Amino acid sequence: MSKEIVIPFGPQHPVLPEPIHLDLVIEDEKVKEALPSIGYVHRGLETLVEKREFPEYVYIAERICGICSFIHGATYCQAVETLMNVEVPERALYLRTIWSEYSRLHSHLLWLGLFADGMGFENLFMDAWRLREHVLDDLEATTGGRVIQGSCKVGGVRRDIDAAKLDEMSNGLDGFRGELADLVDVFLNDSSVRSRLKNVGVLSKHDAYADGAVGPVLRASGVASDARMLGYAAYGNLHFKPVVEEGCDCYARCAVRAKEMYASIDLIKEAVQKIPDGPIEVKVTGKPDGEYFARAEQPRGEVVHYVKGNGTRHLARHRVRTPTITNVPPMVKMLAGCELADVPVIVLSIDPCIGCCER
Amino acid sequence: MAYLKKSPWLLHYDASSCNGCDIEVLACLTPLYDVERFGIINTGNPKHADVFVITGGINEMNRQVVKNIYAQIPDPKVVVAVGVCATSGGVFRECYNIAGGVDQVIPVDVYVPGCAARPESIIDGIVTALGILEEKRTKMKEQEGSA
Repeated sequence: MSKEIVIPFGPQHPVLPEPIHLDLVIEDEKVKEALPSIGYVHRGLETLVEKREFPEYVYIAERICGICSFIHGATYCQAVETLMNVEVPERALYLRTIWSEYSRLHSHLLWLGLFADGMGFENLFMDAWRLREHVLDDLEATTGGRVIQGSCKVGGVRRDIDAAKLDEMSNGLDGFRGELADLVDVFLNDSSVRSRLKNVGVLSKHDAYADGAVGPVLRASGVASDARMLGYAAYGNLHFKPVVEEGCDCYARCAVRAKEMYASIDLIKEAVQKIPDGPIEVKVTGKPDGEYFARAEQPRGEVVHYVKGNGTRHLARHRVRTPTITNVPPMVKMLAGCELADVPVIVLSIDPCIGCCER
Repeated sequence: MAYLKKSPWLLHYDASSCNGCDIEVLACLTPLYDVERFGIINTGNPKHADVFVITGGINEMNRQVVKNIYAQIPDPKVVVAVGVCATSGGVFRECYNIAGGVDQVIPVDVYVPGCAARPESIIDGIVTALGILEEKRTKMKEQEGSA
């Protein structure tokens, strides 16, 4: 007769860079149930719309999360621009797309590293983060910031990238792709990595869809859903196809992110070829009124920014639905029935971003 | 300080940071910056740690967590507040759930500026903290000697 015990996991835990708390109900070595509790990084930044004027609030929107920063800023801008009928110049949309894809590269490499660390493969963690520095160098050279870029504004972008730099970035990605292939090879083909990931944390296609999973978690369970298919920013003019895997396990989620990095490289190279000349911003006059939902694809899945204006310089409401919060119920389902030693790998497999999730 | 006599281990906790500073703290440990060459290791166990690196401001949920972790780190210990949020609450200081910087609940030895703090400034802050740690250790020894 086995006995049930409850093991607390977090908020301060070696595998988690961010605080989340799980109560793991254990019977023998099997997890029967996982009960999450959150709130450790809640700041309440959505109410700052009342204190900051809408053009200034971009800085706050970017600081919802330091990993997905650029895309949060761009999606907020997209929401306000649609609300105010601002025609954003084509070149600005392409620049946003290029920076968004660089953000995805840096986020996925960061995640691959943390994931490797979570399964006890420290060398691979270091290698992923070494490669990530190439991406950060390009981001820093073009925006001035490594992780918080601040280059997006309502009505366009703050900085242009000249043609020479764009070519240099595009050429740099060729060498980067080779190094990336070596790294991805270990994640997808190494026997010890495979044995840690295959058939671990299975989430069926039905459960993924019914529980509202988004992003790589959903695509790894065989559902082709990606907000970039909506064609916002410049995605409509680029050849984009979502990466889908059928494995439904941690290995499939790892494979989706690994393959998405190649897709990002292709998107950046195509955008660099197609980027039109012209202005990078328009002057925004007037005050936002009405409401709008803007959707975009974060590295972790679909993000929704809701803005409501009341005809003043301050928005009445800003609300974000981040991918992590919708991926928590699928994660709880993955944890039920797993072995205790697999908990870190499964928790990390949804790429939790608590900073976004709690704001 | 010409060289390090000991290998200081650090414990990192994210109070209510946006992650920006957290990933820069981690970046310090990885090959480009590689503070591990100084013997610095990021540990998950407060009882193994000498340096408490904390990012983000204090909110109602983590107030007690931060105090608990601080109490568990053995003396001598130093606290490094990384980023402007840990220093004063930063851009979030006016949010309803932010009480302010880390010094609201525990004593802070070094403040690292930046939003997000750059790895270079984080390393500089930690090296400064190591000097303070050494002073604290000497003082503790003197007190033990006189007791």
